[in-house]
Amino acid sequence: MPAYRFSAHFRVASMLTAAFAVAVLVTGCAPESFREDDSGTRPRWPNPELQGKINIDGSSTVFPITEAAASQFRQRYPNVSVNVGVSGTGGGFKRFTRGEIDIADASRPLDAHEFSMARAAGIAAIELPIAYDGLTVVVHNDNDWVDQLTIEEIHAIYAASKAAKRWSDIRPGFPDRPIQPFAPGTDSGTFEYFREVVIGHDESLRSDMSTSEDDNVLVTGVSGSTGSIGFFGAAYFEENRHRVRAVPIVDPRTGRAVLPTRETIQSGEYAPLSRPLFIYVAKRSAGRPEVKRFVEFYLESAPELAAAAGYVALPPAIYQAGLSNFRNRRTGTHYLTAEGEKRAGAVMDVFQTHNLRED
Amino acid sequence: MANTPDSSPSGAAETQPRALGSNATARGPLESVELLSGQPRRRRDRRFRLLCIGTAAFSVLILVGLLGSILIQGLPHLTWTLTTNGPEPDPQRAGIRPAVFGTLWVCLICGLLTLPIGVATAILLEEYQPKSRIGRFLYGIIQLNITNLAGVPSVVYGLLGLTAFVSMFGLFGTAASDQDTQTSRYEIGVRYFDQFFSEGERAILIPVDSASAPMTQPVAGMTALNFYGEEIQPTVLSPGQPLPTDETLQYTLYADAEAGRITQQAWYYFSLPLGRGVLAGALTLMLVILPVVIISSQEALRAVPGSLRAGALGLGATQWQVVWNVTLPSAMPGILTGSILAMSRAIGETAPILIIAGIVYISRAPQHLMDDFTVMPLQLFNWISRPQEDFHSLAAAGIILLLGILLSFNAVAVLIRQKLHKPLS
Repeated sequence: MPAYRFSAHFRVASMLTAAFAVAVLVTGCAPESFREDDSGTRPRWPNPELQGKINIDGSSTVFPITEAAASQFRQRYPNVSVNVGVSGTGGGFKRFTRGEIDIADASRPLDAHEFSMARAAGIAAIELPIAYDGLTVVVHNDNDWVDQLTIEEIHAIYAASKAAKRWSDIRPGFPDRPIQPFAPGTDSGTFEYFREVVIGHDESLRSDMSTSEDDNVLVTGVSGSTGSIGFFGAAYFEENRHRVRAVPIVDPRTGRAVLPTRETIQSGEYAPLSRPLFIYVAKRSAGRPEVKRFVEFYLESAPELAAAAGYVALPPAIYQAGLSNFRNRRTGTHYLTAEGEKRAGAVMDVFQTHNLRED
Repeated sequence: MANTPDSSPSGAAETQPRALGSNATARGPLESVELLSGQPRRRRDRRFRLLCIGTAAFSVLILVGLLGSILIQGLPHLTWTLTTNGPEPDPQRAGIRPAVFGTLWVCLICGLLTLPIGVATAILLEEYQPKSRIGRFLYGIIQLNITNLAGVPSVVYGLLGLTAFVSMFGLFGTAASDQDTQTSRYEIGVRYFDQFFSEGERAILIPVDSASAPMTQPVAGMTALNFYGEEIQPTVLSPGQPLPTDETLQYTLYADAEAGRITQQAWYYFSLPLGRGVLAGALTLMLVILPVVIISSQEALRAVPGSLRAGALGLGATQWQVVWNVTLPSAMPGILTGSILAMSRAIGETAPILIIAGIVYISRAPQHLMDDFTVMPLQLFNWISRPQEDFHSLAAAGIILLLGILLSFNAVAVLIRQKLHKPLS
């Protein structure tokens, strides 16, 4: 009887599927092992008693630091689940203003538009700088002619109006070789920051350059041909020191060429291509015990976490100021004036209480 | 290559075209002349064979190259740590366990939802043909839409899933996250607590009725639960008072302490709107693969000889009996083949899940249908874009694991197909 045989096999098949599903669910639901200790003098960590969930989203540049913080926080409070996404700085802010997340990772301060959006949604944010990133301009290892570059020269390479085709167009002494420019993807905070500092908002970047969302592709690209030039975050240069060469950048204020290193980035000498990275904490989440402990832990361990992720720690005073702002729930941004103008400069100068534009 | 293998079995067949050819020349010069001469004809045949072998070898070589480089890079990193740990900043300790379970959950639920719906749709379109002209017209429209949907990029389905499943068009409130106390959502299997954390680092939980209940303030003499669900009487101090040094410190609070609302969700927790959970991800993937499943199931049903149906109908079987006892069993192997391909696509799909879940760091496997999750392709993509070389190798090991899961999924389906397969006669 075909009918009988079919349904028998069908039953076997569905039982197999069901058994597989149950096995998956059971192993997936294995609970966290709690350390039972009723003696009263319990060890401080790991402490399973704190529960809750912290949702974080935002910049992929900040992600490695936040991931490290989340993973170490888990050693202390295993029952707090911290979820981190990488929607980009802009995408993270959008979710932040919709109230979907507690903390937004940002590789730039929020702009006037985002600030007013958050204000309209009634979501106040506490601005906390957590590290420095030195945007590094790199050339091929065999490139022996570029000793230093000024912002104008980089502008001549990347701006759409100039779009220099050959190195000799940049500076008279340079050889007559073609330039191959590389740049990170246009959605990244790195690209936006570079555009803001080097190109300005009135002009666009040249369209005939190679871009990639994946900075590893840029490293490979720049190390592939002698005439190439590119830029990306310090962490990628740190891991690829042998493959590409960093170019000293002339600070327009001092006229001195500075190589991006831990020391020059932290002291503010490497300017204007170094930038602070931030987390923004929603004020209404800041009172929750698990968020409070997570943010305090984040700020305490930020110097080590930043260094481990290839970034540069901020001066201790900045972390202190951030911690006190967080404890006192001082919301608002330091990077916008009361008129909504952007404020630029070294973190030490900008991150001052009198600069805080509260909302 | 003078005596090619293809020339040997065609001894009899060779005479036939030649005879045909001479016939053709007899009829007129316009008819094929080439058939007469055997040499160029055979040469062309040989060339075509070589072309086929060449293209096949090319694709196989690329596959072998890809797999080879992945295996060489990934095998040393394919350790138990990878399958037991969550993502970590240290490549030596990093693992992919939450993403593996996320992938399994999403794909199993997606498969369980897609197969019945897809096969039922195919049966409707193939076995219950309309009689009227209007019916045929409607069927035509449905068929056209399904064929078109198979070609829509998966990102579009992700955006559709975001409005249709995650927020459900705002029909059930607009709760942005489950800690959102401003708006309500429909849910079952959840308990709400206001959590204080005492000066002695112990949890003090006060059960509350709903997500929108007002926040609890610490007052002297309030009763609460501790972490283990036992009733306790926390001590409430006014700010500035010294902390006790004895064991009452455990449950001591200052009066200005703040609570946070937490939820405890049972394994059957369900909420509307679905939120960014496993179910929303599975439903979105279902949209992605449903057209593929429907079309391949239709093909399989169409391949069942009409004489079988006619015979069964002639014996007095109802339409349902024909479908369930005759057509479906014969078409099952073909349906399963199509479903295997569709599931393989679902397991590797990144874009819609990136829009629905968007999480790349998560330390827990999903616990219920509404729980947060991530899938393996997302985790792998994140590792590959890291600056550290070790993460790239880890990603390679993850790819091997993903391939392993994919192959075992397929193996189960092939096994079922082999069991069901029987000759039509």
